[in-house]
Formats: sequence, C-alpha cells, structure tokens
Amino acid sequence: MKKYLTFLWDCFRLSFVGDWRYHLWMTLLTVVTLAGLYAYCQQLVHGLVATGMTDQVSWGLYIANFTYLVGLAAAAAMLVIPVYVYRNLHLHDVVIFGELLAVAVILMCLLFVTVDLGRPDRFMHLFLRFNFPMSMLTWDVIALNGYLVLNLHICGYLIYCAYCGRQPSAVFYVPFVFVAIAWAVSIHTVTAFLYVGLGGRPFWNSAIIAPRFLASAFAAGPAFIILTLQIVRRYTSHQVSDDALLTLRRIVQVALLINLFLLVCELFTEFYTDSAHVASARYLYFGLGGQNALVPWIWTAVGMNVVATTCFMLPASRSLGTLNAACVLAIVAIWIEKGMGLIVPAFIPTPLGEIVEYTPTLHEVLICLGIWAFGLLVYTIFVRVSVPVLAGQITYENRRPREGARVP
Amino acid sequence: MADLHARTESDQTPAAAAPELTRRNFLSQGAAALAGVTAVAAAVSPLRHLSAEHVPNLDEFLQKHYKEMTAEDKQRVFARISQEVQQRHQVQARLSDPPPLDGVEYVYGLNLSRCIGCRKCVHACVEENNQSRSPEIQYIRVLEMEKGSIDLETADHHYDPASVPNPDKYYMPVQCHQCANPPCVKVCPVEATWQEPDGIVVIDYDWCIGCRYCEAACPYWARRFNFADPQIPSDKLNPNMAYLSNRPRERGVMEKCTFCLQRTRVGRMPACLEVCPTGSRKFGNVLDPNSEVAYILQHKRVFVLKEDVGTIPRFFYYFDERGGRYREPVASPDVGGEA
Repeated sequence: MKKYLTFLWDCFRLSFVGDWRYHLWMTLLTVVTLAGLYAYCQQLVHGLVATGMTDQVSWGLYIANFTYLVGLAAAAAMLVIPVYVYRNLHLHDVVIFGELLAVAVILMCLLFVTVDLGRPDRFMHLFLRFNFPMSMLTWDVIALNGYLVLNLHICGYLIYCAYCGRQPSAVFYVPFVFVAIAWAVSIHTVTAFLYVGLGGRPFWNSAIIAPRFLASAFAAGPAFIILTLQIVRRYTSHQVSDDALLTLRRIVQVALLINLFLLVCELFTEFYTDSAHVASARYLYFGLGGQNALVPWIWTAVGMNVVATTCFMLPASRSLGTLNAACVLAIVAIWIEKGMGLIVPAFIPTPLGEIVEYTPTLHEVLICLGIWAFGLLVYTIFVRVSVPVLAGQITYENRRPREGARVP
Repeated sequence: MADLHARTESDQTPAAAAPELTRRNFLSQGAAALAGVTAVAAAVSPLRHLSAEHVPNLDEFLQKHYKEMTAEDKQRVFARISQEVQQRHQVQARLSDPPPLDGVEYVYGLNLSRCIGCRKCVHACVEENNQSRSPEIQYIRVLEMEKGSIDLETADHHYDPASVPNPDKYYMPVQCHQCANPPCVKVCPVEATWQEPDGIVVIDYDWCIGCRYCEAACPYWARRFNFADPQIPSDKLNPNMAYLSNRPRERGVMEKCTFCLQRTRVGRMPACLEVCPTGSRKFGNVLDPNSEVAYILQHKRVFVLKEDVGTIPRFFYYFDERGGRYREPVASPDVGGEA
C-alpha cells in the first residue's frame, strides 16, 4: 500500500517536471481550463439560460462534443485489436497511449454531460432511482463508467508494474483488454441508441446512425492518435516506428470509406424519398424557411471528408506531411458532422414544425474549450508520467536510496 | 537530441528536485502555488453571487422521491414548500396532494371545427399553473394551420392578427397528450417522471436532474425546461397548489401540463377548458360510458396527432359533421343520450 501511494506521489511530482515548453503548454491549458471553470460557475449562478439552448433546441454544443468524444474514446480499441488479437507488433509499444487517451476522453465526456445538467446538485439521484434498463441514458452511464474503470485498470496496472520493476502478469490485464474491446464498441452503440430510439425525432430515428457512429469514430480516433504519437516521439524518449503510424493509416482509410458510403446511403434515403421525414436533413444541408446557420458548416465537413478520404487513398499519404494534413481534415470534418451536424438539426424544425435556430453563447464555448483543455491537460500528464516509467527510468528501486539519504 | 537528454536526466530525479529546499526554490515554488490558488479562486469567484435559495439545504438534499415518501415525509416537505412560498411571495399557499381517483382515466378532446385560435386557454393555463412570466413558459401552443393540410411544418406559431379567426385558416392547440405509451417516461434516467393510474404524466420537480432527455423524446413538444429562475408576480400566484402539478418550480427542472390535476382530481374542469369561449374543449373520464368524451369518441370524426409514433395519446382532435365555429349554428350533442 505504501508502495502504491509512493507511486502516486511520484507520478504527481513527475507531472510538474519538464522544460520550459512543457511548462508553457501546461500553463496555457490550465489557464483555458480555469476560464472554462469561470464560465461554468457563471452558468451555475444564472442557470442554463447562460447557454444558447432553448425549449426548441434543448441540446447543443455540450451534447455535440460529448457525442464526438465518445467516438474518440471508443477508437482506442482500434489500437488494441491488432495488438492483442492479431499480434501486430508494430502497435504493441503504442497501445498504452490509446488507452490513456480513452481515459482522458471519457473524463471529458463525463464533464460534458455534467455541465449540461440543469441540477448537477441532484447527481446522486442516479444512484437512488436508476431507470435501468428502460432509459438508454442509464445504459450510457454504465457503459462510459465501465469503460473508464477498465482502461484505468489496464493502464494503471501496466504502468505500476513498470514502476515496481516487475513483469505484468497476463491474468491481471489480458482478459480486461478483451472485455475493453467489446466494451469500446458498446459505448458507441449505446450512445447512438440514445438518439436512435426517439420516434419523435425523425432525423435520429434511423438504424444507420449507430453504424455511422462507429465508422466515423474509427476514422477520427486513430487519426487523432496518429498525430498524438508523432508528438510523443518528437518530445519524449519514447520510440514510435513509422510502421505503427502506417498501420493506423490503413485503419483510418477503411473507416473513412465506410463512413462516406454510409453518408451517401443516408442522404439518398432522405432526399430521394423526399417525405416529411427529410425536413431536418434539408435544414442541415440546404436551410429551411430562410434559416441556414448550419449549411456552411456541413458543406465544409463534407468537403473536408471527401478531401481527407482522397488523401488517405492516395499513396502520397504514406509521407507523414500529407498523412498529418489528412488526419487534421478528418478529425475536424467528423467533429462538425458528428457534433453540431448530428445533434442540432434533430431539433430543427421542432416536432410542431417551428424553426428556431441555435447559436452557442460565449459562455458555452468557453466551457467547451475549458473541458477540452482539461482533457488535454490530463492526457499530457498521463503521457508525461507513463513514458519514463514504462521506459524503466522511474522505479521504486532507484528512488529508495535518495529516500534514505533524505531522512535524518 | 541534446535537449532530449537534458530532460531524461531531470526525469530521473523527480524526488530530488524539490527536497533541496533552497531559498530560491522556496520563493519560486511558493509564488507558483500562490498564483495557482489565486487563479482557481478567481475562476470560482462567480459563485459568490449564488443566492441561498439555489444552494440546497440538508432537507432538500435528502428529500426522497415522491413515491418513497411516507405521509409524515409529505407533511414535512409540504410545510417546507409552503414556507418557501410564504417567504418569496408573502402568499399563504394551500398545498395539497390529491390522489388519482379509482375507475377514472382522463381524456381530452378538442373540436377543430370550433376553435377560433383566441389563445385564452394559453393564458388561463399560465395563471392557473403558476408558470413563469419571465422567461415566458406556456404549456399550450396554438397553431394556425392552412386549410386542407395537417402538415405541422406549414403551421404559423406566432400569428398575431387584429382579430381571430382568420376564415382561411383553422386552429390547432397542442399541449401534453398524456400518452398511454409515453416516450418521456421511458427515457428519464432517474424516474423523475411517470404515469399516474388516471393517465396523467407527472414530474417530481424535486427529483428531476434537468438532463432534458424527456424534452428531446417528446413528439408533441409538450415539455418545458426552466432555463432561468421562473418569475411570477406575487399577486398573480395561484395559492391552490398540488405537489405534482402547479406548485412553483425551481430553475433547472422540467415541467409540463398535468391536465390541471389540482382541479380535475377534485371534480373541477381544467382551466383551459373553463375559459374556452367556444366550447371547443371537452374533458372527462373515458371509462364512464355516459361521459361527454365517451360520446364524442363514439360519434364524432376523431383523430390523434402523429398516430404513427405509437404514443397512444389521451388527447384527441375531432370535427363537427356540419358547419363549424359559430358561423353555422350546430345543435349541441345530446350528451349521453345515445350512449
């Protein structure tokens, strides 16, 4: 127990140690996080009226970001599958970064849901009367927290073993890895079902949403990890081979193609049928009743998606420059399409045909930025701590003499 | 690469970095810690404006779900609520908790041939049910519809002529349909909303966590959220309140039409019906074969909104066979005579 507390203490200490760039980056993230906290405190004082949400569009930027991030978290499984199932050794030394990303991202998801609550002070009502299995939201609570615990366990165990200088025993983590793979698919499916099960919202009430969720998650997630790994290998002593990046590239390639295909399926069904069902999609892509706030966004997303997919298909994307550009395009495109593009149009027009647009307020944007900064902060600390520990540079053994020397 | 080695060295000595407590170290770390604490304090500083009524006291925090309250629990909670109303509005509230009546299932019928779109029901509802006047919350939305169409997307929500009705339009008021298969109840993660035995869907405002999933699930846009503190002038407050219906709500929770259960469960009619100048609104017990609503369901041309979403509403619309509104007099139906 003492050893474990010492481990946590060392991790804590380690997260403050770095060169000026590290400190600058962390200070910047802390400032943005605190700005978000400030905006959230104002929201607590004034209520959700501080946001741009209304009775007409009752979910906005918070739930949009939540939805996107669930996908990012699920994508950690895309790193794990080739390593543990297909024994692809290129990815073996990077898989932990995917799982750490999942932990940080799930924390962000939970924060996004919390800031969306009108009465966060009644949070414990969830434990007292849990409408399971009827409410899909309760499924999501279980799925997300379960995934968080699973990944925390796997990462924590591996890093702690490295810290203790012993070989991790497969029994304590390999079964959890396989559970986490299935669980990753479930978090995204359950989150999709949250929307899909509502008969009163035709835009969501479609079976294609869940598969599209998965396809876009498995594109945006690994794309994000491709970028992260390059930052890790640039700024730490951890080695990441190009082969690992190119394996991820292949995953993104396939996922982007499937995502585009499913998009075409959805658009065809909506617009060729041209029934009353199409109103929300028409609002999203062409505007409705003179209101068209989302039109430039969604076409930007479609354009970026097409360009990213083309780039990924071309051999040029084997060079890191093109690959990185394509990754950024894919990440942004999917953030627009799965965030604002999926959540907001479902509310426009309302079930009674009223068209009220949604514009996030500065508060809302600050809170979102704050949560993103907090997530990046957490992830940076995770990477900062895990790299030297996994490399065997920080262990319980080589801290002891110092400890002894210090005690009078 | 040189830089990388430099950091690796410092990586190896995390424990040693701080313990060397030089004056310089102490000052710089102290200053950093102080700056950090100040920044956090500044970030949470808006909380000083949080008024006492927004911070739940222990009683409120530990209050049970409505269905789990004993009679004594209810007495205590009702006393607290009355006291809060007294403090805020200097009004003596008569807080009740009328139970659903045995053998009663309420339904509501709306005569589209007669409704003139005057919106008197909207305002009577606001006054009866203590809805917020600022920001405005209304349970009933009257739609001005194009004749010959029931497409809600052609409806005008904000019609504002000098006089109604416009002879080229018809009017369709929409409020909570008290569905027999309510999607809002299904999705609530904390069971803060449920269907009572008489068919009325209610909310425990003290249990709702404000996630607004029910608002997203409702196909009739019947639920409202308190985005801000509801404002009601004290002289407009209706002191006849029920726990599950028209008692004042707090910020951050959902609310909705409850068929005025504080009235209807003690034998009165809903406020929207009472105020209607055209008799377009009919309310009653569908299980009673002699009721007016039972007669209408059997003899009129009846439909429900969005039948395809499978909600099985207890709110239906109907037409008169001849005439309409008041232009062509229609003999009042011989209520119960043929049933």
